[in-house]
Amino acid sequence: MADETQTMTVSIWREDGDDGRFEKYEVPARENQTVLDVVAYVQQHIDPTLSYRFACRVGMCGSCAMMVNGSPRWTCRTHVSKVVADDCLEVAPLRNLPVIKDLATDMDPFFEKWVAAEAVFHPSKTRHDPMAAITPDDPMRIAASEAIECINCAVCYAACDVVESNPDYFGPAALNRSWSLVNDIRDDGQDVRLAAVGSNGGCHNCHSQQGCVQYCPNELNPTLSIAGLKRETTKALFRRSR
Amino acid sequence: MLNLHLYMLQRLTALIMAPLVIGHIAVMIYAVQGGLTVDEILARTQGSVAWFLFYGSFVVAVSIHGAIGLRVISFEWFGLKGRALQLFSWTVFALLFGLGAKAVYTVTLAGGGL
Repeated sequence: MADETQTMTVSIWREDGDDGRFEKYEVPARENQTVLDVVAYVQQHIDPTLSYRFACRVGMCGSCAMMVNGSPRWTCRTHVSKVVADDCLEVAPLRNLPVIKDLATDMDPFFEKWVAAEAVFHPSKTRHDPMAAITPDDPMRIAASEAIECINCAVCYAACDVVESNPDYFGPAALNRSWSLVNDIRDDGQDVRLAAVGSNGGCHNCHSQQGCVQYCPNELNPTLSIAGLKRETTKALFRRSR
Repeated sequence: MLNLHLYMLQRLTALIMAPLVIGHIAVMIYAVQGGLTVDEILARTQGSVAWFLFYGSFVVAVSIHGAIGLRVISFEWFGLKGRALQLFSWTVFALLFGLGAKAVYTVTLAGGGL
């Protein structure tokens, strides 16, 4: 793939309204390029009407996730050489989310579920109070740290088969964030959070298939976080009944 | 579609079922060693409060456990929801409980053999 004149075929999902189909494009087969580079090449050199989303290009913002050859990937950090199959590349919008146009999905349902899962901070102090003293070796701090590096890319959400079959399910990212807040001693909303993650769309719907773990680009373990939520909601149930 | 209460009910019923299943299989293997007949078995189980409680609690647990499990499958695979889902879950429960209760009645309560 080193020769600039060599090309490869990329199939890109084009959708506007209800009309959706894959279209093929010939792009340079460069030795060192990411999937996002390929999509950008198509938009800049072949068809400027192609819609897609990206921002930082360095794997921090979580904007550019797409389905690449059937698997959810952060495209800015996914090298074509790692995922190309028979010199072909298929790029589609993220699974489990409505498409706005082409490769750009509507992320509203994803983030609405973060709010529904109470994956939001409930402050317990004001700016006038002293800062909470949390040591790095505190077990709760360690548990929070393990879940904290989420970039909201929705790769796990697209990888999750439960989300696909259960539209009410909050999904791995929202529940993972809830778990990091359960371990935040500064947070004052644990009762309402545990009630939220124990509701119909909550953590108990997870079948522990671990698609989220398999595809999380930051190698987080949302299944472990969800198991933590199951444990805490169970404990809270027995606490309440005492 | 599971919430905390259905999840706990399913786990707790599994917890009840596990030793009962092991007990059932163990006794079954033990009982056939000497070539017990149906009448000999029924003579031991009928009128026995212990066997009534043993199989009675199993039937209750399995009815709840199975109904919740099939509820999840029917929701996720076949899109059943709302009242249809409720009706389906309760029907499965009633069916399992009815069949199980009939068997428990026959084996532990009814007199005069099958």
